[in-house]
Amino acid sequence: MSQPVERGDIANPRARFERDGRPLRTKLFEQMMLIRRFEERLLELFGEGELFGTTHCYIGQEADAVGVINHLQDGDIIFSNHRCHGHFLVYGDRPELLMAELMGRVTGVVGGRGGSQHICFENFYTNGIQGGFMPTVTGMALAEKMKGSGNIAVAFIGDGTLGQGVLYEALNMASLWSVPLLVVVENNRWAQSTPVERELAGDMVARGRAFGIDAGEIDSTDAEELFGHFGDIIAKVRNEQRPHFEVIHTYRLCHHSKSDDMRPEEEIERFRKDEPLIGARAWLDEDEARAIEARIEARVEAAVRWSREQPFPTPRHLDERVARPAPMAFEASASDAGEGA
Amino acid sequence: MTTSTAATTTVLKSLNGAMHAMMEADERVLLIGEDLLDPYGGAFKVARGLSERFPERVLTTPISEAGFVGVAAGMAMRGMRPIVEIMFGDFLMLAADQLLNHISKYRWMYNDQVHVPLVIRAPMGARRGYGPTHSQSVEKHILGMPGLHVVAPSVLHDAGALLRAAVLDDLSPVVFVENKLMYARRQMSAEGGRIGDLFARATSERYPTTTVSWEPFDRADVTLVAYGGMVELALEAAETLFFEDELVVEVVAPSSLQPLDLAPILDSLKRSGKLVVCEEGTAGAGFGAEVISRVSAEGFSLLKSAPKRVAARDYPIANTRSLEDMILPQVADLVRSCRSG
Ligand SMILES: Cc1ncc(C[n+]2csc(CCOP(=O)(O)OP(=O)(O)O)c2C)c(N)n1
Repeated sequence: MSQPVERGDIANPRARFERDGRPLRTKLFEQMMLIRRFEERLLELFGEGELFGTTHCYIGQEADAVGVINHLQDGDIIFSNHRCHGHFLVYGDRPELLMAELMGRVTGVVGGRGGSQHICFENFYTNGIQGGFMPTVTGMALAEKMKGSGNIAVAFIGDGTLGQGVLYEALNMASLWSVPLLVVVENNRWAQSTPVERELAGDMVARGRAFGIDAGEIDSTDAEELFGHFGDIIAKVRNEQRPHFEVIHTYRLCHHSKSDDMRPEEEIERFRKDEPLIGARAWLDEDEARAIEARIEARVEAAVRWSREQPFPTPRHLDERVARPAPMAFEASASDAGEGA
Repeated sequence: MTTSTAATTTVLKSLNGAMHAMMEADERVLLIGEDLLDPYGGAFKVARGLSERFPERVLTTPISEAGFVGVAAGMAMRGMRPIVEIMFGDFLMLAADQLLNHISKYRWMYNDQVHVPLVIRAPMGARRGYGPTHSQSVEKHILGMPGLHVVAPSVLHDAGALLRAAVLDDLSPVVFVENKLMYARRQMSAEGGRIGDLFARATSERYPTTTVSWEPFDRADVTLVAYGGMVELALEAAETLFFEDELVVEVVAPSSLQPLDLAPILDSLKRSGKLVVCEEGTAGAGFGAEVISRVSAEGFSLLKSAPKRVAARDYPIANTRSLEDMILPQVADLVRSCRSG
């Protein structure tokens, strides 16, 4: 970001995005680049044995996060899932907290208690049970409506999660009670090792419509197009205070988690030509793209360095929470246009 | 049986009155569940009059137990104080995932950044001829879940006061177990150390344990631990044993099953040395097993004989009265266990 992040905007991606005076395409590319490099670095760290456990990368789907989340403002709620790095990085813009969480440090987003599948940062939440949080996020949106706050909630789910029954209980109630909830289905065409044709009968969009919920779909990996599309949808959910169900047809270019990928290589290659970052990079001139890449590289490296220095939890941290660290100094230096720190 | 001079109201009126008072005084309190609207007022009429007075804050739901328990959790996380009514406690298990993987975990998993101040009222128990799926006491299946409180009033407690404490003073999620037969019973409250002719004492915890005896706590032959609907049977058994056998049985009635305050049980065992624990559900991995295990670990030297447990036999609960009686623990079983060994 070319402007310093103000404390008051910690939970306001829209304000941060609007204050950054650069062209829309530049900003979208930089955010997607952060997600991409962050995750590529994660996978390297797993490969080198520095990270332990598992993680679910978002590579190929970055345009969804930037298209949706940059429209969310202070008080708006996001409930995301196991594949949440992209959502978190656009919402919170704090790669070091997520890196520290994945490294199991006390200064991670939730002090090492949750890992990326189970985090909470201001009004951003995730849970690793597919679909199980759908009633919760419906209740959150309902509470906001009852309080008259004007806030809305956004749920991110995958195509495979459409198999979960509790999701339909939640959609039914969201419609009955006219709850300001946007459900974003990221159809990346696979659920773990199962292709969508083997897990889903019937029509995706009709699932929303069956409950009397406005529903639509978009087949795109173009961040600018998605940004425009969701700007309208989110304004409608906010103004009309009722739910919306939107499917994004996209593709997961990486494995499901770390190293499990048995999909046909030809299929992955076919989708690779549509991947969001290649298209977005072509919007920029070469110098600008390189400067952004250098800055992102520096941010990600600084996040790794900082996280490595953070302490691991001790028995007292079973009960004690460590205060969230302020944004790091490197944020300021890394954002001095052009130069890598 | 001996009744209290201070007996003023039934358990049902106590609970209903507490909800009226809380909703009157506190806008955050709301009620959510099936068939709650007046004139019906819920399957056991505990919600009667609420929807007429507070139409905005009584949400009658579709038949979606997992869904509306989750919705209430989301509302609790956004500042409300929801009370959920499960129509029959048996149906609580439809929301088992919500309890296990969501509600009980959020506070700790999210590094103490959130609370889920939610109360789930669940009418449990048999002896009303409702058969195998509408008569169970399933609370043992949710004991042992870290982060969840389980509260069970009995006739020896002020049920309304316990509910108020759960809704307004407890930031943890609470499952509030109400015995169905108990609704029509009068509450007995201790005054000046007495309940009617009996000697009584109560701990000063948020969810007190009440202990009653036929002697002024100077001697005892048996410590009989009971909660919920079994407390009435325990009192009847103790009265029989006092008049027929001259045995002094102290009935120890905790109102909190989790966390369980062992102190009043150990205190009674100092006088009696003999432990009998009863519950209306089946014995395996149940409440009695937990009490006996903890007493063995924390007060083994107090035991002069092997502890006993009285519980339902390992069958589903029959519809017909004769079979139901064979399956459920009866006063005669308690009398026998207190006499033996
Ligand atoms: C209730 C539940 N069942 C199974 C899993 C294991 N699991 C984790 S991710 C996943 C696939 C999810 O597919 P989808 O919803 O399409 O999301 P994607 O991973 O493609 O982003 C499965 C089966 C889980 N986390 N939760």
